[in-house]
Amino acid sequence: MSKQNYIRAFSHIKNHVVSLNGEYLYHDEALDFSEFIKRAYKSLDTSYSKFFKMDNLSKLAFLAADVLLEEVNSQEENIAIVLSNRASSLDTDRRHQNSIEDEANYYPSPAIFVYTLPNICIGEISIKHKLLSENSFFIFDHFNAAYLFDYAESLINTKKAGKVLCGWVDFDEENYEAFLYLVSDKGNRIHNKEEITRLYTL
Amino acid sequence: MGKVYLSYNNIVSSFGFDSQSAVGNIAKEISGLALIEDEKIFPEPFYSSMISSEKLAKVFSHLNQAEKYTRFEQMLLISLKEVIETSGIPLTDKVGLIISTTKGNIDVLDADSSFPKERAYLGALGKVVKDFFGFKNETIVLSNACVSGVLAVAVAKRYINQGKFDHVFIASGDLVTKFIISGFNSFQAMSNEPCRPYCKHRSGINIGEVAASVLVTSKADNLPPEAVLILGDASCNDANHISGPSRTGEGLVRSVSSALKEANIEVTEIDYISAHGTATSFNDEMEAIAFNRLGLSEVPLHSLKGYFGHTLGASGLLETIVGMHSLCQDTLFTSLGFSELGVSETLNVITRTTPEELKTFLKTASGFGGCNTAAIFQKVN
Repeated sequence: MSKQNYIRAFSHIKNHVVSLNGEYLYHDEALDFSEFIKRAYKSLDTSYSKFFKMDNLSKLAFLAADVLLEEVNSQEENIAIVLSNRASSLDTDRRHQNSIEDEANYYPSPAIFVYTLPNICIGEISIKHKLLSENSFFIFDHFNAAYLFDYAESLINTKKAGKVLCGWVDFDEENYEAFLYLVSDKGNRIHNKEEITRLYTL
Repeated sequence: MGKVYLSYNNIVSSFGFDSQSAVGNIAKEISGLALIEDEKIFPEPFYSSMISSEKLAKVFSHLNQAEKYTRFEQMLLISLKEVIETSGIPLTDKVGLIISTTKGNIDVLDADSSFPKERAYLGALGKVVKDFFGFKNETIVLSNACVSGVLAVAVAKRYINQGKFDHVFIASGDLVTKFIISGFNSFQAMSNEPCRPYCKHRSGINIGEVAASVLVTSKADNLPPEAVLILGDASCNDANHISGPSRTGEGLVRSVSSALKEANIEVTEIDYISAHGTATSFNDEMEAIAFNRLGLSEVPLHSLKGYFGHTLGASGLLETIVGMHSLCQDTLFTSLGFSELGVSETLNVITRTTPEELKTFLKTASGFGGCNTAAIFQKVN
């Protein structure tokens, strides 16, 4: 039998709010995403200059992971990263497409093109927290607690990972939503589909 | 942990619409790369292996005439249909579907595409494939850069071992598009000749397109002769750079080590390596360093990019399927395009098609975002 795993902590970034375990860390109502995420980054005292060259999806995933991983000494742990969303990297895909659509105005850039993959945000989190671990990025039509649950359990049960940073990071047409949670052998909340769904909808 | 196998398989490529056509040409050292002149994709001619749209539409018309499917969907559906049919497995609620791709229907973003822009969502692609065949479970789309194809095998195995599924069908693919070629060209990564992995005279990558499908199953009855057992797999990030590999090959070393540990075998039991070998200077050098650190420098190795180019999210699965046939035929396939070692450490690059008794092979892949995946496969029959 596999051991019981727990959700040790969780973070949200949505509706102009950054929160950790349901508690507001930053809130600013009347801002577009790029200004909101920049001010959130500053107010949370995240000192990491590479943040400013990231695309919207990576900024969203990076900040949601950063507030969550504050809680653990991530560099000593084998923490896998399993993320998912609906829009893949389409926000940046559209930017790259705009740069090649018009022959008279053709300017594809490697700095943009590299972000036309959803898993680049996992790379950004891995670099910051020195996580040389399992990672995968799934695309679902909607938040899929069942598939995430089984995959995280599998990684821990087979000892491919000690902990799993899981969740949903979606950015599409200025709509943004991040919900990350850390699955661990310790914690207060049972790791099951119902609890994942409950925390997601908080 | 129960045993999990790779079973029935298909490759839709410039060589033809089944695995045999691809494997047969590889055995004869024939490349699928050709000079493509298509200004809608790129203003200059470029080397690639592309699937004839005419032939594709003709074959697809036998499958379906009622609805309109994109070129990419046609490739995936043709490929997956053969695997589902030859396996004879009914699509119950214990059967999963994984689609592995980096960009899917990205060409619908083009202004002149006749398809709605919503078709670019990978979830929409997942639904098209699910509905076409009548899968009971929601599609799992995996988009993890250039390791997607081989990582999909690991993901399928993990869901099977977790008890979620008995069988998983994987369909993988990526297209050659203006989107992709313009992007890789902006990196100055494109070669203006057929690519030459690990060679001193290499000058960059070619991008190619395929669709490749396989059945991953926990059932040992009803396996084809080329079936293999998945001994071990792992995926480790470099945590170093988003668009360049680690100079020490750290993520790849950890991936292979972890896969070996799960397989519970020594490096000496690896009969050959199907490596990533994109023919960029950084990638090939990183792999050479990693394989030397692992004690694998003497093991025969090839890259198949000289036959297909780099087929992105499909490459890992495509190359795994070719590896299954390589074991079945007891033949080492040539690393096409190679003439003289062009990396700083020793590698045993396969320079001619060689009959040899084979039992076990290692497949590796690396990609943007710092990802690496390794998987070890063993002959069943």
